Amino acid sequence: MLEIVLISTLNGILYGMLLFLMASGLTVIFSMMGVLNFAHASFYMLGAFFGFEISRHVGFWPGLVVAPFAVALIGMAVERYGLRQVHKHGHVAELLFTFGLTFVIQEVVQMIWGKLPVDYRVPPSLDFPAFTIFATNYPAFKMFELLTSIAIFAALLLIVKRTRVGLVVQAALSHPEMVGMLGHNVGRVFMLVFGVGAGLAAVAGVIAGPALVTQANMAASLGPILFVIVVVGGLGSLSGAFVASLLIGLVQTFAVAINLSMSDIFGGTPLAGVMSVWFSDIWSVTVAQIAPILPYLLLVMILIFRPRGLMGNRES
Amino acid sequence: MKKAFTTAALALSVLGFAAMPASAADTLKIGYVDPLSGGGAAAGQIGLNQLNYIAEQVNAKGGVMGKQVEIIPYDNKLDPQVSLVQVQKAIDQGVHIVVQGNGSSVAAAVSDFIKKFNSRNHGKEVVQINHAAIDPSLTNDKCSYWHFAFDANVNIKVEAMTNFMKANDAIKKVYLIDQDYSFGHSVAKAAEAKLKAEGSSIELVGNEFVPLQKVTDFSPYVAKIKASGADSVLTANWGNDLQLLIKAAGDAGLDVNWYTFYAGLAGTPTAIKQAGLADKVFQITEGVNNIDYQPMQDAVKAYIAKYPDSPIYYPRLFNAMGMVFKAVEEAGSDDPVKFVPKLEGMKYVDFIDGKEGFMRADDHQYFQTMYISGLGPLGEKQPFDEEGTGWGWKVASSVAVEDTIVPTTCQMERP
Repeated sequence: MLEIVLISTLNGILYGMLLFLMASGLTVIFSMMGVLNFAHASFYMLGAFFGFEISRHVGFWPGLVVAPFAVALIGMAVERYGLRQVHKHGHVAELLFTFGLTFVIQEVVQMIWGKLPVDYRVPPSLDFPAFTIFATNYPAFKMFELLTSIAIFAALLLIVKRTRVGLVVQAALSHPEMVGMLGHNVGRVFMLVFGVGAGLAAVAGVIAGPALVTQANMAASLGPILFVIVVVGGLGSLSGAFVASLLIGLVQTFAVAINLSMSDIFGGTPLAGVMSVWFSDIWSVTVAQIAPILPYLLLVMILIFRPRGLMGNRES
Repeated sequence: MKKAFTTAALALSVLGFAAMPASAADTLKIGYVDPLSGGGAAAGQIGLNQLNYIAEQVNAKGGVMGKQVEIIPYDNKLDPQVSLVQVQKAIDQGVHIVVQGNGSSVAAAVSDFIKKFNSRNHGKEVVQINHAAIDPSLTNDKCSYWHFAFDANVNIKVEAMTNFMKANDAIKKVYLIDQDYSFGHSVAKAAEAKLKAEGSSIELVGNEFVPLQKVTDFSPYVAKIKASGADSVLTANWGNDLQLLIKAAGDAGLDVNWYTFYAGLAGTPTAIKQAGLADKVFQITEGVNNIDYQPMQDAVKAYIAKYPDSPIYYPRLFNAMGMVFKAVEEAGSDDPVKFVPKLEGMKYVDFIDGKEGFMRADDHQYFQTMYISGLGPLGEKQPFDEEGTGWGWKVASSVAVEDTIVPTTCQMERP
């Protein structure tokens, strides 16, 4: 029992931090620009493929630095020449624009790297078990993933809450004209924010690429869960996204460990006969089986009972 | 500008008209209806490469009955509805041989459609060459005279795999983990029945289902397998669900043997190498490149030289096309009404090992020698690695044709 609890907690935290790593850029862009960036997962994929390409020539570590910068530049170009043009037509146009972008990036990646997965490896310097609990190894690379995620959270929080840059960015969101009058270039601020968001997605890609599978459909398979995190955490709240990532990681991991089904709970009671007929479709479905659906259930619950999310401070 | 466009359009359409009848008259058209975009595109593209290769080879030798073979691809996006539209399109363009494989739901829809089409359009009959869909219902309760299955169906594979596992004394505790959809459930059900049958010394310690292609983090599942004390895992997972599972197991240092159906699919050998699981992952297929059979090895080398970026192929597709061409030549006609009787019951020398297989006339299921192979570092006379990993598939055991035969409930309606 202790073994299951301890290992599930560890796995849950590790998975939660991976989710936060992936969702942080999405939250940044949303909280500071009010743009729900559908192409976020595509920037994540670009980061993974750039990281892979660079790692083939000069190794993993240069890739971790160069790939996010390259993707950030692409992100800034997208904001400057694409998003800013459609911005005047409102949020729907922005959504559709980023949505369309996902297909463009997907096709480009397929053209360059093909449809098959690429062999993106964990760097040899981190390719060893960091520690062993109950005969289960925890690779050093996962620890690195965890630390990066926490470092990014701390750095973002500091910048937004404690620096002048953060102040200007926040002001530009609610009072762009006023900020402009005060001599700040609002356009450039937005461009930089979008670049940072895309760059963060790429950091996640470079790190998750070797841990998961780097292939042209990785954006599509990641997409929905990130929106769950942002919405559950509270739209635009960095701390909310952090808490939501942990919550979802833990809930999902613990649920997988539970083999209970309705037939186990009510099987011996007088109600068993009636219930097995009424709930025939889900009578013997275990909690473990529905584990990956739980985040979406959580999303629905949050939208109904607390639309502003766990830690969000506005309704939409 | 506008004028230039009109001229170009006109020229193109005239050219198109001129080109069409010429090619229609003396080619053997084969419609390939499989995913060429979206999630299944990688698998679909491999099949298309291979068909084009086969056509080139046959055409260089003068074609089939003097006719050149023409492969026409139709992208079905792995969607049954789209597939039917594409099959109709293929028929309209003069195709009588439809090659399709990915997705049992697609295969079932196409089979049903062709059955109805043929009963209403005498003289225009179409035949379905299924190279990959292995839902047993296709050759049992939903069998069709116009459908031929060239891959061993789920029942055959489970039968062969569980017989192999039972014969292996080192296997005592088995964990089942499958994807939560019809195929995963049919494998789990068949495997459970076999492993729990009388005389089996194997204990089933887990029977897990994971949602199809939705899980990113498999470490909780790996923790569960470890806690169960299993020494072997039997799984029909494919794609991401197998790659991520194996990588998570490698990360956690889970020491079990893996018995799979789809570890040979694109990307999975790479994941197995990354996880460092040498000689621990096994698959059941109709054969692997490292079987010591020279004609096959030569053919595969030539194929890989042609497609160095995608050095993967399906042995059964070579069998399928070889048998169709043989049937057409024996019948002296490319009309399915004439050549289908030749295909029924045909004996054929398998591409992969030179051993004889046969197409059972009762249900149109092809039977062939099956192989259980493990991935690991290569030895002598094993020239082929996978995906540049340096590791290749090595035969661990083979199951003779007569030991793969399972009963069928098919009651074939013949025209």
